[in-house]
Amino acid sequence: MMGGGMLFRVIALSLAALTIALPILGGPLAGSGIGISPYLANIIGQIATFALLAIALDLIWGFAGVLSLGHGLFFALGGYLIAMHMLKDGYVNAGVVPDLMTFMGWTELPGYWAFFESFPYAAVLILVLPGLLAFAYGWISFRSRVSGVSFAIITQALTYVAMLLMFRNDTGFGGNNGMTGFVSLLGMPMGAPSTAVWLATASTAAALGAFLLCGRLVRSPFGRMLIAVRDDEARLRFLGYDPVWPKLAAWTLSGVMAAIAGALYAPQVGIINPRLLSPEVSIEIAVWVALGGRGTLSGAVIGAVVISALKFWLTGFAPDLWPFILSLLVLIVVVGLPNGLTDLRLPKLKGARHGG
Amino acid sequence: MAAEMRGAHAIQVEGLRVTFGDFVAIPNLTFTASYGEIHGVIGPNGAGKTTLLDVITGKTRPKEGTVLLDGKIDLRRLSEPQIALAGVGRKFQKPSVFEALSVRENLELALRLRAGSILSELRGWTDPRRAARVAEVLGETGLTDRADAPAGILAHGQKQWLEIGMLLMQRPKLLMLDEPVAGMTDSETSHTADLVRRLRAPDRAILVIEHDMAFVEEIATRVTVLHEGTPIFAGAMADARTDARVRDVYLGRH
Repeated sequence: MMGGGMLFRVIALSLAALTIALPILGGPLAGSGIGISPYLANIIGQIATFALLAIALDLIWGFAGVLSLGHGLFFALGGYLIAMHMLKDGYVNAGVVPDLMTFMGWTELPGYWAFFESFPYAAVLILVLPGLLAFAYGWISFRSRVSGVSFAIITQALTYVAMLLMFRNDTGFGGNNGMTGFVSLLGMPMGAPSTAVWLATASTAAALGAFLLCGRLVRSPFGRMLIAVRDDEARLRFLGYDPVWPKLAAWTLSGVMAAIAGALYAPQVGIINPRLLSPEVSIEIAVWVALGGRGTLSGAVIGAVVISALKFWLTGFAPDLWPFILSLLVLIVVVGLPNGLTDLRLPKLKGARHGG
Repeated sequence: MAAEMRGAHAIQVEGLRVTFGDFVAIPNLTFTASYGEIHGVIGPNGAGKTTLLDVITGKTRPKEGTVLLDGKIDLRRLSEPQIALAGVGRKFQKPSVFEALSVRENLELALRLRAGSILSELRGWTDPRRAARVAEVLGETGLTDRADAPAGILAHGQKQWLEIGMLLMQRPKLLMLDEPVAGMTDSETSHTADLVRRLRAPDRAILVIEHDMAFVEEIATRVTVLHEGTPIFAGAMADARTDARVRDVYLGRH
C-alpha cells in the first residue's frame, strides 16, 4: 500500500547483510582485499545511527504527520547518557579523571552522576528518560491540540533551550566542551579497531531492528490509525477515537529510538557536546526524511545514508560548501519532489496522495 | 426495541445559546429530531445550521442550553470521541476520508466493536464481524469494486458515499449530513438520495443540512427552517414552501 514493498525488502536485506558482514570483513578479513578498515567501519556505523534517527522521525512525521524539528534533543540525550556512563566508568574503574572535573576544579562528580558507572543503569536511563520526556511533552502538546507548524517550532525552541542549558559549564555536563576522553565501553577500549567494528555492527543491527519494527507497526491496524491521524485528525475524532493516544505512542517510541541512535553515535565519534542540540542538526534530520520520501521508512533510510555519505565525502575537501549543498537539496525537494526521491520511482503513489 | 423507539426523540436541544465573542450565532434554539425520520434543516447562510451540528458533535461548546441524545445522554458533558461513541455520526461538508488508506481500510477503521479502548479495538481487528460489516456497507454504498483503491483517487461523489459508509459502520442513532450533495452531478445527487433513503431506520434519526431544496424535498420527512439561529418553521417541506415567513426570509432571496 505504501509502495516500496520491494524496496523495503532490499533495504532490510542490505542492513542484515552489513550486520553479518561487518564483524567478518572488519575482523578476520580486515587486512585482505575485501576487508573493511576501522575507519570505514566507523563511518558506516555513524551513518547507521543516522538511518536509525531518520526512521524514528519518519514514524512520527511521515506516518502520523507530526513534524518534529527537535529530534536532535532525543539524539543528544542518548549521547549524553552513554557519555556519562563512559566517563564515570573510566573514573571509577580506570582512575581517569574526567576533563569537566579538572576544568571546574571539582574533587567529586555531582550527585546525579551516581550509579552511572553501571552500564545496565545507564542503558535503562537511555530508554526511560527520553521516553518520559517525549511522553510528557507529547501529552501536554497533543492534548492541547498543538500541531503542525506550532508544534514543530516548539520542538525547535525546546531543543534550543536545552542547548543553552548544556552550554553552561556549571551544570555538570561539560558545558561547551561537552564530554570526551572516553576510556572504554563494556570493557572494550575506545580507539581499538575491534571496538569500531563492534560499535558499527551494533548500529547497523539497531537500524535493522528499528526498520523491521516500524515496518511491522505501520502495516498493522495501528499504522493505519497513524495514517488516519495524518490525513484527517478531526474525522478520526468523530469516529470515536481520541487521536492523542496513537500520536503519543508513536511520538514516545520515536523519541526512544532517537535516543538509542544517539547512545550508539557518541562512542563512535568519541565526543558529545551541545552542538548536537543546534537547530541545524535537527533540521538536517528532517531534510534526510524529506529528501528520501516521507511515510515510506525506506525513503528515510535512503535519505539519511545518501545525504550523510555525501557530507562525509564533501567535508573531506570542501567543508564550507556543505550548507549550500544542503540548501540546494532542500530547494530541489520543495520545488520538484514533494514526496522526495520516491517521486522518481513511484508516480502512482503521488496520484494516491494528490488525487481528487 | 425498534418499535419503542419510534417517535422518541433521538436528539433534543433546548434553550441553546451560542455566541462567538459579540456575535450571537444562536440566540435561543429548541429543536428535536425523532427516530425513524429524515429531518431536513434548511435556511440561508449564517442561519446557524452548521453551528447546531458543531454543538451536537461537541466541536463548539455552547454557553447555555441542554443537548440530550436519546432523551438521556447529556452531550454537553462528553468529549468529541465520546459523543461519536454514544451514537452521533457526522458527515462533513467537504468530503473527509483518509486519502492514503484504501476504501476498505477507511471502513474498517470506522467500526467500533470495543468502544472502551483503542488498544482493545486494535487487538480485535481481525474479528470476523468487522470483515462482514465492511462487506455489507461496501454493498450498500455501491463501492464494492473500489474496495482496494486508495480513497484519495475516488471521484468526489464516491468520496462522499465512502464517508457516509464510514458513518454507517458506526450504526449511529443520530446521523448528521452537512450538505451531502454540494458539488455533485445530477446522477450523483440521485444516487445519494437513494443512499440516504436506505439509511432511514426505526432506530435512527437522520439530520440533513442542505441548500438544495429539491434534494431536501425528495428525501426529508420533516423540515425545520432556521433563520438567524431561530426556527421559523417546522413541518412538511410542501408546507414550508407555502409558509409566508419562510418565503420571506429564505425562498424570497433566491
